[in-house]
This record gives sequence, structure tokens and C-alpha cells, in this order.
Amino acid sequence: MVQHRLPFEKEIYDMEELLARLESSGDGQLGRSDEIRRIRRDLANLKRMIYSNLSPWDTVLVARHPDRPQTVDYINLIFEEFVELHGDRAIGDDRAIRTGFARLGDFRVMLVGHQKGHDWKERSECLFGCAHPEGYRKALNKMRLAAKFRLPIICLIDTPGAYPGIGAEERGQAQLIATNLLEMSQLPTPIICVVIGEGGSGGALGIGIGDRVSMLEHAYYSVISPEGCAGILWRVANDETKARAAAALKMTAKDLARLGVIDDIIPEPLGGAHRDHAEMANTLKTYLMRYLRELRGLPVDELLEQRYQKFRRMGVFVEEPASAT
Amino acid sequence: MATGSMPERKRGVPEGLWLRCPQCKSTIFRKEAESRFNVCPECDYHFYVSARERIRQLLDADSFEEWFTELRSCDPLGFIDRKPYAQRLEDERAKTGMIDAAVVGRGYIRGRPVVLGVTDFAFMAGSMGSVVGEKLTRSVEEALRLKLPLIFVSGSGGGARMQEGILSLMQMAKVSAALGRYDRAGGLYISILTNPTMGGVAASFALQGDFTFAEPGALIGFAGRRTIWNTVKLELPEKFQTSEFLLQHGFIDRIIHRKDLRTEVARIIDYCEY
Ligand SMILES: [Zn+2]
Repeated sequence: MVQHRLPFEKEIYDMEELLARLESSGDGQLGRSDEIRRIRRDLANLKRMIYSNLSPWDTVLVARHPDRPQTVDYINLIFEEFVELHGDRAIGDDRAIRTGFARLGDFRVMLVGHQKGHDWKERSECLFGCAHPEGYRKALNKMRLAAKFRLPIICLIDTPGAYPGIGAEERGQAQLIATNLLEMSQLPTPIICVVIGEGGSGGALGIGIGDRVSMLEHAYYSVISPEGCAGILWRVANDETKARAAAALKMTAKDLARLGVIDDIIPEPLGGAHRDHAEMANTLKTYLMRYLRELRGLPVDELLEQRYQKFRRMGVFVEEPASAT
Repeated sequence: MATGSMPERKRGVPEGLWLRCPQCKSTIFRKEAESRFNVCPECDYHFYVSARERIRQLLDADSFEEWFTELRSCDPLGFIDRKPYAQRLEDERAKTGMIDAAVVGRGYIRGRPVVLGVTDFAFMAGSMGSVVGEKLTRSVEEALRLKLPLIFVSGSGGGARMQEGILSLMQMAKVSAALGRYDRAGGLYISILTNPTMGGVAASFALQGDFTFAEPGALIGFAGRRTIWNTVKLELPEKFQTSEFLLQHGFIDRIIHRKDLRTEVARIIDYCEY
């Protein structure tokens, strides 16, 4: 399989190739091991330098990297068991959202997550993580089950957006997302949401109301895609306008932390989550366990009050004397 | 899902003595349309009405008491498109005479006290930024506190306000949480959809009512037609994303002619005895 290479990672790949050549050829040669050590150090520095200076548009590219770990990867790497529960009891089983019981340490949880797919076959099966109304209905059905049996819910968000199609509209895309927002705000069990890749607008928010909302370091979360924004503002979405839109929308984890929308920025391995699934999974697991422990003891009333206040505070405005009207 | 600077059109009934109906193409006397709730006398096309006019049509005369007029949008992102957001807000205020896209308060419908919120398409396409979200949330909380029925009339071209980025998306969550509480406390919420109700407004408070009514022929949906076309490359069905389409697919309770809205809303309140 051809490796997917991001434009700004060229130097990294060049240096990695050089390193690989040296490592395979130069056995026993004096001085070679010093050189290899030096290049390894340089490579780590290069990754650090590039990844600490990603532009917002670069971040979008990292968040969309096809090798970036997705919900199913985390299911395999983090959870001891996964019992998938299919179907929305009305229309079908949307493969863009996976739901089921899972075990995480001592915790039994309900896992809900978008799946975008890694290869073409999987991607076309789950429509690149763009869920239909039945996906949001399925998610809510399973979350209600979780609340009924007092299991916390973990939502892994990774979608370019809810599917924009004829069937999706006929079957009530707006209605099902609206229902999820209202119901999730009231579900009497802890909800933990993490944007693991793309946080695409209403499609992300549709499983995004929780007691903790965090983002992986190079994920993005936005009201509109940079392409959509560029198309509206500058009529055409090209490399230049998409980058401008990504910057203007303030969609990176740092931006969202500053705007008071997320709880934590979950650090990624050096050079992005796609470079080391195991390390990423391990870090994510640490955060999930911490959130589960923090929320476990809370009485339901308090949990719901805190959830209400969490979103109640969001927004920026000023209050002027009424005389101005 | 978000919208901002839409093409300059549909800004309401055009100025002048006469106007042309976009549906039946007939030329009608402006005063006559106005005397009929801004509805075309020939074909019942529902023209845009401002929030002020909507309140006048819906509530008993002079019964409206406006709330939270002190709230002002600011520019938390420093957003600049063709002009800075702060400047855009100024221009929209000057053009519409409104402070922002939502007007909320309390009043009476045929003698029944209600809390009413209206979003106005003329102000930045009726999009929801922090101020719209905050006004609606506060009015839900007031309706809960006062135990009054709640009515929201939605008119929004794109839903969330792009210029406020993620904060506008979070207004959907904020209003939904308030409506969730109001619902659990037994509150009565009637949502009235007008042309257009799209994106993040449709995907939040507009479709969270105990009762969902729509004016005839309103555009209602999640994704914009162009986005859908770009994705599926198929001819869109006739009447796609209209009130009639949503009624047929089971998402709204009744399509109601503008002249009957007051009576119908009052009747629902009476049925619910709330
Ligand atoms: Zn007409």
C-alpha cells in the first residue's frame, strides 16, 4: 500500500529514508553508529519542530490522515472487550457509527463512535464517517440503554459531517440530531466525548453532548468545514481559501481550549497519532480512565447540573444598558 | 450548516407600491399583501415578515414585553471575510434596525400568556451566534420559571453563525439543554417553522418542540441543496425540503396558513391546559 504523505512531512520522510539506508547498509563501519544516533535525534527534533508549528489547515490534513487511528482501532487497542450492538430499530444499521458494550479496566461502558474507514472498501461501506439519521437514532437508543443500566458512555467523534443526501433529508437528518442534542443533555449517566479526528459540525455534535468534551492534539472541531466556509466566503474552495478559512474558523484544539469549549487537549505521539497507534491509544486510555473515575461518584442530580452549566456558559457577548435600543 | 454572508436577496417584501410574487409571478398591490399577513392574494405564497411584524400578527395588540435587549454580539474570533464581523454587525444593525437576529419576550395570544422568541432572516440570514443562543436560552429558562407556554418562530437560512465559529455550534447545545430541562419539567413548547429553517437551527431548537408547525412552502432541512447536489449528483425530488415534504415524511404536525397561526396556537395551548 502506498503510504499517504502529507506535503509538510516531506523532510521527515526524506530523513527517515536516509536513516533506513544507513541502518541497513553500514554494519560494523566505524563512525556509522554515531551518525545514526545523530540522525535519529535530528529526526525527532524535526518532527517536534514541524508538529508544533502546524498551520490550522495542516492540522485538518493530519486529522484526516487515512492512517490516523479510528474508533475501530481504539476498540482493539484500548478496550478489553467489545460487544457490538447493531441497528436503530427503525431503518437499519448505519456503519458510520458503531455502538456497543465495552470493558475498560474495571469499567463497563457503552461505546459510541464514528468510523470513517481506512481503505476504499471500508470507506464506502461507512460513507467516510458521514452518518444518516438512523446512525444518530442508533446512537441514542444505545445511550438510553446505557443510562437504564447505569453504564457510562464514551463517544469518539470523527466525522466530516452528517451525510448530506436525499435519503438523509427524507428520513429526518435535522430531526434526529436535534433529538440527540436534547436527550443527551438529560441522560442520567456520565458521558465522555473525545474528538479523535474530525469534528464536523452538527454531525459531530449529534454525539457530542457530555460531561467531558476533549480533543486529541491534532483533531479539529468546527461549525463548518474549511471547504464549505471557503466556498461561501470566497466563492471557490482552493488551497489558498481553504487554508484561510481553516485559520479564520479557529478550529484547532488550542483554539477550542482558549474559547472554553473543551476540557483537555490530549497529547499525540511525536509526529501525530498516525505514526504510533499504540502510544496514542495508551494516552487516550489514561484520559478516559481519569474521566470515568472523576465522574463515577457523582450523584445524578449534580452530574446533570454540571452538564447543564458546562454548555450554559458557552458563548461570548456583552450586556449594554437597555437605553441603546 | 453555518451561514453568514448569503447573497443579498429575500430581504423581505421589496420596497415600492407594487411587488411581484415569486411563486405565481403576478404583480400585486403591496398594501393588499400587507393586509393579508404578507401572503399573496393570488396563490397564498408566504412572503418574508420581520420579527416585529410577526409579533404583531401573533400576539394580542400591544401585549409584547421585550426581554434581554441589552445583549450584544462581539467578535470573539476576530473573524474577517469580505469585511470584519464587527463591521458586518454594524451594517446589519443599520440595515434592519435590529440589534441581532432574535427577538424574545412575553405577551398574550388571545388572552393566554406566553413566552415568544422569533428569529429574523433579515439579520445575517437569521443565523445563531452567541446572542441569539443566549436570548433563546434565557427565554426558555424564564418560561420554565414562570410556567408559561413557549413559542419559537424560526427563520434561518443556515443555522449556526459561521463568523462565531465553534461558539455558534455550541449555542445549539446550550439551547437544547435548556429545552431539555423545560421538557422534563412538563413545559409546553410549540415550534413554528418559517421560510427558511435550515442547518443548525433545524438541527436544534426548531425541531425540539412538543408540536412542530410550519407555514406553507417553507424551506426546511439540514444540508443545503447545493451541498446535497454536489454529494449525490442526482436530481432532487420535487418539493424537496419544503413544509409539504416534511409533513409527508412525518416530521411536522401541521402546515398552517399564516392567518390561522394565532388561533391554532391558542387551541393547542387550551388542549394542553398549560
Ligand atoms: Zn402569488
